Amino acid sequence: MTTVLDPTSERVPSTRQRLARPTSLDGQIVALLDISKPRGDIFLDELERLIAERGGSVRRYRKPTFTKPAPVDLRHEIATQCTLVIEALAD
Amino acid sequence: MTAFAVARPKTKGLAPRARNRPASTPMPMTDVHERPPTALHINPGQSDFYSSRCTPVNVLAEVDGNRTRRTEVVRPDRVEDGGAHQALGHLRRAGYRADMTVSKVGPSVAPPLSDGLVVVVKKECETCRMTAPLLSEIAAVTALTVHTQDDPDFPTGIDAFHDADLALSWHHNIETVPTLIRVVDGVEAERTVGWSRDDWRRMTGIDGLGEDLPVMRPGCGSMSVDPDLVDALRARFSGLPITSRHVEFATSEDPFEAMFARGWTDGLPVVPPTPERVMRMLTGTSRPPDEVVALAPPDLVELTVEKIAVNAVMAGCLPEYLPWVIAALEAACTDTFNMHGVLCTTMGVGPVIICNGPGARAIGMNSGMNVFGQGTRANMTIGRAVQLTIRNVGGGRPGEVDRATHGNPGKLSFCFAEDEAGSPFTPLSVWRGIDPGVDAVTVFAGEGPKCIVDQLARTPEELIATLAVSLQGLHHPKLAIAFDVVLVIAPDHARIFAEAGWSRERTLAALHEATQRPGAEMVRGAGGIAEGLPESMRDTPSIAKFRPDGILLAHAGGGAGLFSTMIGGWVNGGTGSDPVTVTVYR
Repeated sequence: MTTVLDPTSERVPSTRQRLARPTSLDGQIVALLDISKPRGDIFLDELERLIAERGGSVRRYRKPTFTKPAPVDLRHEIATQCTLVIEALAD
Repeated sequence: MTAFAVARPKTKGLAPRARNRPASTPMPMTDVHERPPTALHINPGQSDFYSSRCTPVNVLAEVDGNRTRRTEVVRPDRVEDGGAHQALGHLRRAGYRADMTVSKVGPSVAPPLSDGLVVVVKKECETCRMTAPLLSEIAAVTALTVHTQDDPDFPTGIDAFHDADLALSWHHNIETVPTLIRVVDGVEAERTVGWSRDDWRRMTGIDGLGEDLPVMRPGCGSMSVDPDLVDALRARFSGLPITSRHVEFATSEDPFEAMFARGWTDGLPVVPPTPERVMRMLTGTSRPPDEVVALAPPDLVELTVEKIAVNAVMAGCLPEYLPWVIAALEAACTDTFNMHGVLCTTMGVGPVIICNGPGARAIGMNSGMNVFGQGTRANMTIGRAVQLTIRNVGGGRPGEVDRATHGNPGKLSFCFAEDEAGSPFTPLSVWRGIDPGVDAVTVFAGEGPKCIVDQLARTPEELIATLAVSLQGLHHPKLAIAFDVVLVIAPDHARIFAEAGWSRERTLAALHEATQRPGAEMVRGAGGIAEGLPESMRDTPSIAKFRPDGILLAHAGGGAGLFSTMIGGWVNGGTGSDPVTVTVYR
């Protein structure tokens, strides 16, 4: 029998159920998070147009660099101001 | 079958340390697993809301998730691998009772020394056998307590306590037998080791003691410092506050396969991190096991010295490598280096670790022949320990947050030392602000090494031209400024600069000058190549390939070969990663 020490952080991730997908964009406030990849704005511009056509309103956000997690304040801002969020790569 | 890991409450903060260490930037404490409502996950590797998770693996046996386990010491009779098994055998042969296990906490209490004289002996030692007949003579005139390490019936003719578990020897730092100690009011007042007729006569007050014996004879090694025993004894008695969960594999389990199954390895076998091995690893640093070195990305977990030591054991490190592993992780887990981004980028980069200072040579790091290759334990295992720590503690695993398109073999380990002694240049660490002669590591987000060949250049100008044209092609000849490079000059190439009296600064200036190109050659579409710089830069007369501090010059490699090597970097600056250099502290 061998006893070893756990090399991991020993954390158990908390998992949560996703909210049900909304059936309509009516009244929804959609956050579009630009991760600062080149030309990501072109993609998000088009998304914004499509969402507006379907009755949703959009708030645009941008994080400083695509290589780092979004700052805590930005995440908080999105969570408190919006009901939906779309984050995407632009590669 | 059993449950998976139990979360450990985290109460530690970033521990202050008196030493002047380069400050890592504390990242905000956030629950990285928290998801916003209805987040759409398009690329988990680069999502801000993605959480890496362990893949639960069923194991045959896993005991004691109880948090109080943290305060137990290992039971030597239950550890059966490698040196520990050997150690147990020795202990048993020495009279250690398998049922005499220790289950209480912390450092065991040192057995008190009796007032008067105390002598520690073992039968196996010739010097002990030589002095044994004197013990009765001493006991006749003064209080004498005899402790025997191996044979409980030794010495004959006098009662002796059997230091069966070597607790007394361990706690009182007996390194040699015989050791004669004078104890006053329970406190050691004097000791002599081996046989010294003068010392023994003075301490016993017997003028004619050992008249027939030689004036002096060295003793033997105490069993408590026997290399086969010391790790088990340290684990049992030292009481270092190890808090990692103990995982016990069933007898029928192959521990190597069990560790693969748990996802703890990088694809190669790892050394089982037994408590004994981790305790031994911790002797390599003066830092306490619970010191928090950094927050390990991507999960932003408090990274303790203990967890680093566990992973360093797995990587195959020796204890003297541990400070280098810790330093490299301190450097990598900064906002400046941005290990999170280095993991999640699709480019094939990883932390390249460059070691400077006399300590690198002292621990046997290779800076010479086959410097980037296999064969040197320190080079191979220090870099590996860094990667294993990021994987296991930080949660940075390929296919999860690590999204590299190709990766590179250096992501197993890419660590080397600069050859300072043979270099015509100031050391890289000094150029980056560390004092000369100070051990330091530089971490660089780099890809694999690429060889630059020039066997005909004999002047610095000729060699600069070759190096420049090669460097210009880094990642793409029409991309500039965004990427740094480590340029490793081998001794044969370095000699050309040395003979011409070129310094690091002059060499770098020449390289920067020679790697500039007109904008017209660099813009998108130029040369029929779509890739390139924006059209707006077409009229720029000269565009530098590298930012001013973007060439990291190092000297390393074997003594023969007119080669240099470039190690391309990832996106630099605030967008990506900047190299970080830190001091190595013991």
